[in-house]
Amino acid sequence: MTGAAAVPEVSGRTEESGHLGELRSDPIGLLTRLRTECGPVGSFDLAGRRVVVVSGAAANEWYFRAPDEDLDQAEAYPFMTPIFGEGVVFDASPERRREMLHNQALRDRYMRGHAETIAREVQEMVSDWDAAGSGQVDLLDFFAELTIYTSSSCLIGRKFRSSLDDRFARLYHDLERGTDALAFVDPYADIESFRRRDESRAALVELVADVMDERLAGAPAEGDDRDLLDVLLSIRRDDGELQFDADVVTGMFIAMMFAGHHTTSTTAAWTLLELLRHPDQFQEVVDEQDRLAAGGADLTYQALREMPLLESAIKEALRLHPPLILLLRVAQRDLEVLGRSVPAGDLVGASPAVSNRLDDAFGEPDRFDLHRYLPPREEDVVNPWDWIPFGAGRHRCVGAAFAMMQLKAIFALLLTRYRFELAQAPDSYRADHSKMVVQLAQPCEVRWERRPEAGPGGAGATT
Amino acid sequence: MSWAITLDADLCQGHGVCESEAPQVFAVSRDGILTVLDTSPPEDLRPAVELAVRYCPTRAIHITEE
Repeated sequence: MTGAAAVPEVSGRTEESGHLGELRSDPIGLLTRLRTECGPVGSFDLAGRRVVVVSGAAANEWYFRAPDEDLDQAEAYPFMTPIFGEGVVFDASPERRREMLHNQALRDRYMRGHAETIAREVQEMVSDWDAAGSGQVDLLDFFAELTIYTSSSCLIGRKFRSSLDDRFARLYHDLERGTDALAFVDPYADIESFRRRDESRAALVELVADVMDERLAGAPAEGDDRDLLDVLLSIRRDDGELQFDADVVTGMFIAMMFAGHHTTSTTAAWTLLELLRHPDQFQEVVDEQDRLAAGGADLTYQALREMPLLESAIKEALRLHPPLILLLRVAQRDLEVLGRSVPAGDLVGASPAVSNRLDDAFGEPDRFDLHRYLPPREEDVVNPWDWIPFGAGRHRCVGAAFAMMQLKAIFALLLTRYRFELAQAPDSYRADHSKMVVQLAQPCEVRWERRPEAGPGGAGATT
Repeated sequence: MSWAITLDADLCQGHGVCESEAPQVFAVSRDGILTVLDTSPPEDLRPAVELAVRYCPTRAIHITEE
């Protein structure tokens, strides 16, 4: 530790709560200024707790390669406890994650089945569009509901998904809104978004309890008909009571779906919005889909892997609008990064919102340019520690491949059948940064219209 | 020219995409640990290994020319 300098602090601290106010109102402004003023290692004050924020390839590589003994993720997200419930952990060690991944739905061998499931959910979601011919949707409502169905269907089971409707999506949205950064000070503070969070969680427990009661009243499911809920219901304690009650089961399901829900939903919305703002690039993406559909390609796992232009558009939406803007860990011992000392107990963050737009890694970083991902540029591959919408290293989002496949399946279907246009001024679409879970600010409406040239089943049909 | 496979173990999460692409070269154990069975496989396996490199969700595998 000898000779390491103290980490500089960004300007703008207030006496009563440090930078908490700015974190709650304009976090990207705060994090960007921190980078400008302090360089790759700077800090802000979260109501008396120091948060060291790193950015750029060298500091990010240090951050993402750090073992859990140095930087621990589990205790860095206090705002998740009231959402998941006590005893449901936000994150496990890399070793435990690896084990879980091996046996669960995100593993490569299960992806092939998920591709079909997702395509079916999208079709169901737009099942009344064709009769209407044209209409208008709010992108937050639409994609938030769709991704509740896709994630519950793939991660928990199709049977559980079929017992859900838009009530579940609306309640779930209230949970996500209950992530005000004030939770770092008091996760149970008496504010409107926290009250709604707790009411919504209780209502979700009731919905899940009804599904559980229904299952318990019927004949036990067997074989392929069993989903995760059936498995949980089959586990009894020694006294014959259920091992997992509705509260715990709901907490587990909320936790399983959380990482993949608002992230995927928001990215779907931004992909469409950015393409609508850039019509030439949109046309390239639509042409790619039309070519694939004309070739008779079903939306299989393999077909979904080979969509470079659509994939690049999604990556570019992720780069410019990362769903998580600040990733956090807690320093477990005294550490040093780029000659700066980080004492044990500090929160340590990396910011996708800042690193994804560094101009030494990305040419014209504020410009939406899907071609930056195509050979020979491949700016995401060339800059693995700066292009970090999924994080990086051992804690990298384990659902990244699933998310990418899901987003491609959604757009492969939508773009071959419908034409879209903005229903509001192009610069009126913006993110709501008042919560740690960043979502689109409403209204965020677009118009859609059935493409006249699309056939009766529509291009991209999966049957 | 000979070539070899290198693995950045810090990045591997055991998704098993490489195993799906080239089971002769990659094996992921029950607890999700990847073993590279053959770090210098024969030339006819190169296309499969290249797919494994390309589709690895964490970009943990690389081919180096020797």
